[in-house]
Amino acid sequence: MIPPTIAIHPGSRRKMLYLITLFIITLTGFAQMPIFKRYYIADIPGLGWLDEFYVTHYLHYLAAAVLMAVVFDGVAGYLLILRKHYRITVSGRIRGVSLFGLVLTGALMVMKNFPGYWFSQQAIIAMDILHIALTVFYLCAALWALVSGKKWIEKF
Amino acid sequence: MQTDISRRQFFKKSALVAATLAVSNVRQVRASERETDQQLATLIDVSRCIGCEACVDACKQNNEAKFPRPVKSFPKMVPARVKVEDWSEKKDVRDRLTPYNWLFIQRAVVRADGNEKEITLPRRCMHCVNPPCVKLCPWGAAIQQKNGISRMDPDLCLGGAKCKSVCPWKIPQRQTGAGLYLNILPSLAGNGVMNKCDRCYDRIAEGGIPACIEACPEQVQTIGPRKEILRKAHELASSMNGFIYGETENGGTNTIYVSPVSFETLNHAIDKGQGMPGLKKVKNEMSEANALGAALLIAPIAGLASAIGRYYKTVKKHASGDPL
Repeated sequence: MIPPTIAIHPGSRRKMLYLITLFIITLTGFAQMPIFKRYYIADIPGLGWLDEFYVTHYLHYLAAAVLMAVVFDGVAGYLLILRKHYRITVSGRIRGVSLFGLVLTGALMVMKNFPGYWFSQQAIIAMDILHIALTVFYLCAALWALVSGKKWIEKF
Repeated sequence: MQTDISRRQFFKKSALVAATLAVSNVRQVRASERETDQQLATLIDVSRCIGCEACVDACKQNNEAKFPRPVKSFPKMVPARVKVEDWSEKKDVRDRLTPYNWLFIQRAVVRADGNEKEITLPRRCMHCVNPPCVKLCPWGAAIQQKNGISRMDPDLCLGGAKCKSVCPWKIPQRQTGAGLYLNILPSLAGNGVMNKCDRCYDRIAEGGIPACIEACPEQVQTIGPRKEILRKAHELASSMNGFIYGETENGGTNTIYVSPVSFETLNHAIDKGQGMPGLKKVKNEMSEANALGAALLIAPIAGLASAIGRYYKTVKKHASGDPL
């Protein structure tokens, strides 16, 4: 059996990658709405790209790729190594479910953007709203976890 | 993060990635062919257009009920840099695209066969096969129908004009003071509704044809399945030794122009600017992100591979009795 000391390996670089990716994906996600120019944020030197919709769209996809890799790495890592010694906390479950929802709605929206894939207007609206709502929900849950010191997993 | 990957593992993973990409691309092409076969396209024979503007009149009359009816006075916009766009007092403007003029005649004086010649052509939304205005609208307020028509939903549009920003021809036009934003945060978010040609989707739904096509005395436009229209466009172009525009622009559109004069020449000769789209070559604006989108399939595999690698490394270290 693998001792739990391995399981609790902090993986600080993975965590840093996760946080940076989360920041970029949230920023570029909100940039899909035409708000950054209106509210002068894109006027800040160095942030003009936030008003370039094709640039932010591309960066959002790029960040999504990294995020998905990190999420799958985390989930598989838990199942393979940590599961026997650690359980997922309530906070972890809440964040996990919202992340899963974000990945799912995001994947559908990526599919929608391919030529030849047709979704009804109702489906597109539902995906858009759900994706934004899950983002806000996830950010609130993450903030709550940060403030109250809740971890993703805890020892049995 | 340590990486411990042999050359063999690298090649195995590369092959897996390549196979995933290949499968995803094949599926995409197949789906794309199916979908575009269903789309309706129009053929515009520029050599027949006499610039009489019968199509412009027909468009205005047919779509009058769809035109925005702004509520005045307009909300005070915050911040003040957000400009009011009001065309409601200029409904008669017909030499450019406006919220009240979804089709206009563009004129170019060119030299052909040693003579000066005026070329006229109807301009309106190109109805892209994969329209960025629809695909990138953050609210689902722009719609693409299965038959290829793209149009705005005036009940849902907030007038943020992202559709115009991402349109290679800057087609959609905003009217302030109308639409959903008035009921939400009128000063802080939104600025009206976007308007553009909807290719008379309601007439087509009832088995008719767009008003501009019906009214044209010279039969400049033809409508039909995209595949058929492209075939006709190539035949026509061959017969007049002419040029085609719209077949590949922005990854393909459902408006195919055929002209005896090159579109590069026409693009130089026409007036371009706000509400007056150009005729330059347009790359597929969605292609780069979509290529990356296909590659997103690899991301979970990379994550799984990383976790499995970590697991075996951990097991190996533990078995060898290395300090952990």
